[in-house]
Amino acid sequence: MTTATSKPEVGRGTVAEKEKWLRAYRQMVSIRLFEEQVNEVYTRALMPGLAHLYSGEEAVAVGICEALRIDDYITSTHRGHGHCLAKGASPDRMFAELLGKEAGYCRGKGGSMHIADPATGNLGANAIVGGSVGIATGAAFAAKNLGTDRVAICFFGEGALGQGSLYEVMNLAQLWKLPVIYVCENNLYNEYTRYQETTAGTILGRATAFGIEAMSVDGQDVRAVNEVATRLVKRARAGVGPAFLQCDTYRYSGHHVGDINREYYRSKQEEQLWKTDRDPILVLAKWLIDQSYADAASLDRITAEVRATMESAVKFAIAAPYPNVDEVEKHVYA
Amino acid sequence: MPEREITFAQAVREALAEEMRRDARVCIIGEDVAEAGTPFKVLSGLVEEFGARRVVDTPISEAGFTGVAVGAAMTGLRPVVDIMFGDFITLTMDQMVNQAAKAHYMSGGHWKVPMVMRTTLGATRRSAAQHSQSLHAWFSHVPGLKVVLPSTPYDAKGLLKAAIRDENPVVFFEDKMMYKLKGPVPEDDYTIPLGVADVKRAGDDITLVATSSMVQVALGAAIMLEKEGLSAEVVDPRTTWPLDEKTLIDSAKKTSRVIVLDEGYGRYGVTAELAAVIAEGAFYDLDAPVKRMGAMHVPIPFSPPLEDATVPTEQTVFEAVRLMCKPA
Repeated sequence: MTTATSKPEVGRGTVAEKEKWLRAYRQMVSIRLFEEQVNEVYTRALMPGLAHLYSGEEAVAVGICEALRIDDYITSTHRGHGHCLAKGASPDRMFAELLGKEAGYCRGKGGSMHIADPATGNLGANAIVGGSVGIATGAAFAAKNLGTDRVAICFFGEGALGQGSLYEVMNLAQLWKLPVIYVCENNLYNEYTRYQETTAGTILGRATAFGIEAMSVDGQDVRAVNEVATRLVKRARAGVGPAFLQCDTYRYSGHHVGDINREYYRSKQEEQLWKTDRDPILVLAKWLIDQSYADAASLDRITAEVRATMESAVKFAIAAPYPNVDEVEKHVYA
Repeated sequence: MPEREITFAQAVREALAEEMRRDARVCIIGEDVAEAGTPFKVLSGLVEEFGARRVVDTPISEAGFTGVAVGAAMTGLRPVVDIMFGDFITLTMDQMVNQAAKAHYMSGGHWKVPMVMRTTLGATRRSAAQHSQSLHAWFSHVPGLKVVLPSTPYDAKGLLKAAIRDENPVVFFEDKMMYKLKGPVPEDDYTIPLGVADVKRAGDDITLVATSSMVQVALGAAIMLEKEGLSAEVVDPRTTWPLDEKTLIDSAKKTSRVIVLDEGYGRYGVTAELAAVIAEGAFYDLDAPVKRMGAMHVPIPFSPPLEDATVPTEQTVFEAVRLMCKPA
């Protein structure tokens, strides 16, 4: 059995509530500024490979992970920096991994799309769309089989709705009442294609067909995401079974950093509307100020502190050594 | 006291039962593995002893339950997945090749995937093209996986127990035509390390490197050859990866002639790899090019005379050896 404790539910207007949402604010700003640095480092040609930014979707990762314990599991995606940070990864080792350095979470062997960290229950980001649905369901299977009360969160984009293995494991999860929550981040675009062109029927209908508890939530509102996630996690932990949560969100950048000219699949006006009207950080900032939990100056201080952390993380990663070449054949087998 | 003899299927079942008694984390996941005990009845009796929590029947969803096994292995269980026919591994490829095989390396050694996939190979059961293939070469090609090909009941028990105790994903191929094969198997707990070849028969004139069912074919051919005055050594690698290159090369150096036998497709297959290893390692000691014998490069046909023509037999091996050792 695990010794970790659940995060306490906080009452309205309490100090704990204030601290919780200021923490969530800081986490969302951390993800946003982490990705800003990734964009910067990538465009300066310091980062090899590909970079898929999470900017715009911060409320999903933070709202969900804020409902989890450190020993709960997550599986992540190619657009996974936000999930890893929200689950507790440290930016310096994340950046080191992005640059292929030995100090990275995977000793530089995984890179941006494969960050994994047992200490925070991160079973790994996955570069196969829908590739981790089995792993997350398997972690829930093990939790149930071993009698722990851990919960597994399976993050995936709406693009993964096209993968058949998702339906195989949802069927298993519901048959076996596994403590897994399928979190579908609907950012509207399967890479460069609007999701309506690839998705017949409804998204939730896919889960309800199996009798799985399914709902959607405004993925730009971290409090709304957290509220429903807390309920679903509690339910899964109690052994009631799996759930499916559709989070409606938006990907600010292209599919990857190099996806600059996007007007053939979406308009600049659409992008701007999401940024001005539904930005998850602005939405929470407004609420914090309305509640008198923060003012503009205190939020600016958080941003400045986070920016300093991210800049120093990047410096750490750039200065860190690459793995020795004799590392190449290590870890093929355990 | 004569040594106890049991069948290949019983040896597999005994290995599973012993490991499940030894380690509560070991569980079986697959289609019709519980009360049905699989179509080959290899698993009969296990659900009665270990219960449905550890012998888990699944829907017909190979990709789904293989993926579940990968995640369960990463988080504390030691699943043994049952893929009824080796032909169905195609459905599990992403989970095995992109997930199980790579999780340890991609995570810099942080996550491990201690799982076993048991499946079958082998033709001549009149099951046609989608239930008869021997596709072990595919997994042998992938770094991060280990591939085991037992050829006797003794090896089946010892290798399966070692596979279950291994910290890596291991694919264990059982020839379905060998399930009824009997042989001596100790009742004790023993393991056979993965990556150690076995000289199944010593000889001087030619080395027959053979895997799985082809070991039995090679042993049969060796008896026929003996009557011709030819002494064949039969070497069984037992695992295609890790591969005991030294034992193969040493035998080739000793006999100077080699035929490699494997029931997979010959082209780009296990025979090609083993032949290359031997050619590189024993080139100056060889008196003839290494010959390969495998399944014909055709989908396995249903019609019995056609199917029988697709795989090496004692007779075809006998003739190939005679041609190589006594050219006309």
